[in-house]
Amino acid sequence: MASEQTTQEYIVHHLTNATMCMTDDGLQTNYGMALEEAATACQEAGFWVWHIDTLAWSILLGVIFLWFFRRVGKNATTGVPSKTQAFVEMTVEFVNDNVRDSFHGKSKMVAPLGLTIFVWVFLMNLMDLVPVDFLPWAAGQIGAATTGVDPHHVYMKVVPTTDLNLPLALGLGVFALILFYSIKIKGIGGFTKELTMQPFNHWAFIPVNFVLETVTLLARPFSLALRLFGNLYAGELIFILIATLGLWQLPLHFPWAVFHILVIVLQAFIFMMLTIVYLSLAHEDH
Amino acid sequence: MNINATLIGQLIAFIVFVWFCMKYVWPPLLSAIEERQKKIADGLEASDRAEKDLELAREKATEQLKEAKAQAAEIIEQAKKRGNQLVDEETQKGQAEREKIVAAGYAEIEAERNRAKEELRKQVAALAVRGAERILQREIDAQAQNDIVEKLVAEL
Repeated sequence: MASEQTTQEYIVHHLTNATMCMTDDGLQTNYGMALEEAATACQEAGFWVWHIDTLAWSILLGVIFLWFFRRVGKNATTGVPSKTQAFVEMTVEFVNDNVRDSFHGKSKMVAPLGLTIFVWVFLMNLMDLVPVDFLPWAAGQIGAATTGVDPHHVYMKVVPTTDLNLPLALGLGVFALILFYSIKIKGIGGFTKELTMQPFNHWAFIPVNFVLETVTLLARPFSLALRLFGNLYAGELIFILIATLGLWQLPLHFPWAVFHILVIVLQAFIFMMLTIVYLSLAHEDH
Repeated sequence: MNINATLIGQLIAFIVFVWFCMKYVWPPLLSAIEERQKKIADGLEASDRAEKDLELAREKATEQLKEAKAQAAEIIEQAKKRGNQLVDEETQKGQAEREKIVAAGYAEIEAERNRAKEELRKQVAALAVRGAERILQREIDAQAQNDIVEKLVAEL
């Protein structure tokens, strides 16, 4: 039933998302397709392709985060906190302290935004520490058991941050907030002035300033997105490569996982921190 | 890596999550934290105050103890003085009484002696008169010669 995989097929299988799109023939997915077919399954749909694994895992993790924090928040006592509450409060205070230190404007939304980014991104990154074969293998077995497809033809990437769409969505969301607050605080005129009168405050330099500042501004969401994506994608790829080594993966997997613990927390933290800093800059009136 | 509609889905999910977090997750947690911080601050302040109060009470107690000690010493001193005074007074009184008694005794003795002397003198005078009578073998008018006898008695 199950086909044999070459190393290359194994890697490509792990890097293929479960996709879904509307075609002329109706709803189309790459479920149960061989690799070559799966890669081209939704090509004609162009932009309108959905990575259902990324969406499902990220939304599931986000809902778990919000449900858990909401439950603790609802039962929060002001007296001696339970261990769970202490843990949640530690996270909240950590984010709140960072916002207080780095964010100099007044906004009720930055701290919750920071918390959401930090915990959500952390949880999504954390999926990287689940051994690379566990969940895809389980999905394959379930697929094979229920619909009789080849387990190797069931595709699922479990780390949503290794799908560029997710980091880019976060980056663009933050970018929209940067624009919104820049205009809200400084007004259109102030924002335009910031884009054209810096760093050289002279009318002759307006085009130069504009080019420089626009690049700086536009670089922000993409640097945010690509930093997170690059780190996690590379980490995931190395996990996959280690997994192809047979027995050798045993001594190699562990140190890389330990190292990766640092990476996943750090990347979540950097994303949150830079978001706060960018929004703080958007709030500063020159 | 292909950018596709997942981006839009994730953006919507992100917005919803942030909104939910801002609305329902952040406020109760932060208010719990802030309330507890306030509670702890109040508690610390109260403990500081209590400590200060204790220090003050201790100082007061020491002062009162010192005062009481001083008072007790003063009272003892006064009592001693009063005692001495009493003893002195009584001694003086006794002395005076003794002197009075002694003086009275002397006076009585003196009076007795004078009485005895008088008696003796009278008897001697009578004796002398009787002697003189015998010698003169005649009766001397006692009345007429009384001044002489008186003179004699005074010379005794």
